[in-house]
Amino acid sequence: MTDARADIFANIRRSLGVTGNEATRRMEVADRVARAPRGVIPQRGQVADEARVALFRAQAEAVQATTVAVDSVADVPAAVANYLRDHNLPATIRMGGDLRLTAMPWGDTALELKHGPSDGNDLNAVSHSLCAIAETGTLVMTAGPDNPTTLNFLPDNHIVIVNARDLVGDMEEAWSKVRIAYGKGEMPRVVNFITGPSRSADIGQTMLLGAHGPRSLHVIVVKG
Amino acid sequence: MTAHATSPQFKANATRALADPNLQAALLKMRTGFIDRRAAAVDRLPEFDALRDSARDIKNHTLAHLDLYLEEYERNVRAAGGQVHFARDAEEARRIVLDLCRRYDAKTAAKGKSMISEEIGLNQAMEAAGVAPVETDLGEYIIQLRNEPPSHIIAPAVHINPEQVEADFRRVHTHLDPARDLHEPTQLLTEARQVLRRKYFEADIGITGANFLIAETGSSVIVTNEGNGDLSQTLPKAHIVLASIEKLVPTLEDASQILRVLARSATGQEMSVYTTVSTGPRRQSDPDGPGAYHVVLLDNGRSAMLGTQFQDMLRCIRCGACMNHCPVYHAVGGHAYGWVYPGPMGAVLTPSLIGVDKGGQLPNASTFCGRCESVCPMKIPLPKMMRHWREREFERHLTPAAVRYGLGLWSFFARRPALYRLATRAAMGTLSLAGRARGRFRWLPLAGGWTKYRDFPAPQGDTFQARWRKERGGRA
Amino acid sequence: MSAAASSSPAPVRVGLFVTCLVDLIRPSVGFAAVKLLEQAGCEVHVPSQTCCGQPAFNSGDRATARAIAAQVIETFSGFDYVVAPSGSCAGQIRAHYPELFADDPNLSGKANALAAKTYELISFLVDVRGMTTVDAAFDGVATYHDSCSGLRELGVKRQPRRLLASVKGLSLIEMKENETCCGFGGTFAVKYGEISDSIVGKKTENISASGAALLLAGDLGCLMNMAGKLQREGKPVQARHVAEILAGVTDAPAIGEAGERR
Repeated sequence: MTDARADIFANIRRSLGVTGNEATRRMEVADRVARAPRGVIPQRGQVADEARVALFRAQAEAVQATTVAVDSVADVPAAVANYLRDHNLPATIRMGGDLRLTAMPWGDTALELKHGPSDGNDLNAVSHSLCAIAETGTLVMTAGPDNPTTLNFLPDNHIVIVNARDLVGDMEEAWSKVRIAYGKGEMPRVVNFITGPSRSADIGQTMLLGAHGPRSLHVIVVKG
Repeated sequence: MTAHATSPQFKANATRALADPNLQAALLKMRTGFIDRRAAAVDRLPEFDALRDSARDIKNHTLAHLDLYLEEYERNVRAAGGQVHFARDAEEARRIVLDLCRRYDAKTAAKGKSMISEEIGLNQAMEAAGVAPVETDLGEYIIQLRNEPPSHIIAPAVHINPEQVEADFRRVHTHLDPARDLHEPTQLLTEARQVLRRKYFEADIGITGANFLIAETGSSVIVTNEGNGDLSQTLPKAHIVLASIEKLVPTLEDASQILRVLARSATGQEMSVYTTVSTGPRRQSDPDGPGAYHVVLLDNGRSAMLGTQFQDMLRCIRCGACMNHCPVYHAVGGHAYGWVYPGPMGAVLTPSLIGVDKGGQLPNASTFCGRCESVCPMKIPLPKMMRHWREREFERHLTPAAVRYGLGLWSFFARRPALYRLATRAAMGTLSLAGRARGRFRWLPLAGGWTKYRDFPAPQGDTFQARWRKERGGRA
Repeated sequence: MSAAASSSPAPVRVGLFVTCLVDLIRPSVGFAAVKLLEQAGCEVHVPSQTCCGQPAFNSGDRATARAIAAQVIETFSGFDYVVAPSGSCAGQIRAHYPELFADDPNLSGKANALAAKTYELISFLVDVRGMTTVDAAFDGVATYHDSCSGLRELGVKRQPRRLLASVKGLSLIEMKENETCCGFGGTFAVKYGEISDSIVGKKTENISASGAALLLAGDLGCLMNMAGKLQREGKPVQARHVAEILAGVTDAPAIGEAGERR
């Protein structure tokens, strides 16, 4: 029996009428991968400053996320506590080791903090996003000890912190941020784009929130 | 062998579907819902058509260099600590997955939605090997409980109503209180969430499909609304990605172009809730994530489609817009198509993957209304390719004799204008006389396929060409 | 534009591709088309003709489709324009003849040339001849079905509505899903009669629900399908080709109706 890999490559090359050794083809492919050209970028996200914050919030709210803006990182713990209290949720949160989160003045609140990944028994989690996309109201989360992936999916209520200066207009800008953070061609184990809370329309063709992931998604935009 | 096909019995399947009141009610509901939501989403994005062109060009470029992008992709998966397994056909793909199940000593597998899994008939093979597959996409879970195949590529249980789901949950979830209230769809959703939540933690391996494979980074991308794919791949000790070779795109930017048309075309969302880009297994510092990452790359006839009239079909991103806008799909639903892929994309793909002798009915069962092509985000000329299948059938004399005969007779006259004028004048004269009293016929010889359902108008009398020559004389 | 400037312009010579269904079943549509074309200042010619070859083309019989198409190209190449009272047949010539002869160096150029000057009747009147109104009257409420080929291959959508708006006494109401196929599909209606019936049944439901007493469309095939179903269901909606109303040629009974005929 011949090698499946070799067979498949041979079939592809036979169908395309190529050998795989063509220098021009190889150059074209290497060049595209290296340059990663951008295609059509919608105008919608090409706004700056306050307008970008407003667009992001409007787009996130259009997909049933809730949002609030605070002036500085010092205001975040109180905003989290307020959100939990307003929704009659227990004052416990789980978060990863992200220094931007752990450095916040949580001691000013009565919140009980847990750290590390979720085992499925947490109601509330707080994560810090790498950046967020105004075009579609999308949060960009990267895996690792700072913000464990399980926090994005297992808790019922997910609270995500976004710095206003990390808001980008479009997905392509988000990839630039990932490349700056991790290096070209290098990727965190997982990048999660999150656009609203979990949902499903598989029962009776009606969109219902809270399928397998969080039932609610709350975004705190830090302006300072 | 791939999944069993009843496509040769398309007509009998369609008859059954047309007589199923539950199915017809579900189809009626989906008919306007998907169409209206897509139209609204497209209207909100002025660049939508430019993005369709961009998406088409990206895939065309990738397919023309598929061998090289596969090499690049494979290299980068390995660099990230993952493994790539090539499978020529369904049997080989199943064997690779079962070997991996054994390697990780798997008793159960949590599965995200994957059409490739359906295509290779994976669940049956896993059950036979003593590994329990648990479908976690809500729609897939429902049809797994019912032992049915999906009837739609993005809404697998679109043919099932909430009352049927309730009955299935009561039948299967026997550990729960029989007196519980399940009449609201949200109660059904909550129950499924609770039942499946345990399954993710019990699963030894997680299996997902892939919407894209990124050559630049060796990443796989899944797009879901529920988050089930993420839990399936994050919690178990190994993650297996099932993908066919044409899922490749060169870069993250290229995937982003196509993502902008994917959800809008599928459900009318601007973005699906979760777009997840996964690259390799858990890293040393990671507190969670799978310990191993495997990609099974399936060919199963696709490499043979390259360079043929059907290459454009390999651009398909499985959004379902073609079936959401198809009058034939709206009439008979997905199961009638008899194999994994229904609707217009299935009518083109099925004969490519299981043979025109088995799938040949499907490209014939189209009115050629062209709406599928007009909404396809990848601008795939679906009607044209269905016609190409009809040409192959005609060349191989697979076209039914009655159709061939009728067509032959018509063509004989159509190619002989003088004879045509003579014969049609005589025939229309006779028909006109016969139908004069009612103006139409309730039955006509040789036209039973028409008059069984509709009246046929009596011709007005002499043909236009004869009257024109009478009234306007010589002017041709 | 000044009419005086055109002292004796060369007449626009239009070859009418009448379509086999109009030729055989409903010649009055052909005469309505002639009247409208003449009102638009065209000199109308009707060369001896049969079919555009679409049934063969769509059944996979490419050789026959090419033979018939070659005949049409030969017959109609000499006219300034070719006009058909059908989006389906005009679409066959305009969108598919070039594809049929793409690999034939002898006929490829001719097929492309013919395709470029072939039009569906109503869009020709509006888009090419600049017609904005018609001199016609019809008392009643009508609804218009957008036939698939005209709509998607040729962009016929606003042109018939624009002209219908000028018909005295006529009001147009849109049915739901007016861009959804009626289930005709040529041989599909016979090969897959049961499915076709289900599709046209939904269409007649929408027609009825619109409240219109008159159904209009630009393709006789679709009209025969919808009229035949309306009649089988006993629904009191009449059906006519849109050209009949625009030309004011309504002396013939509606499609499938009994009455005086010539």
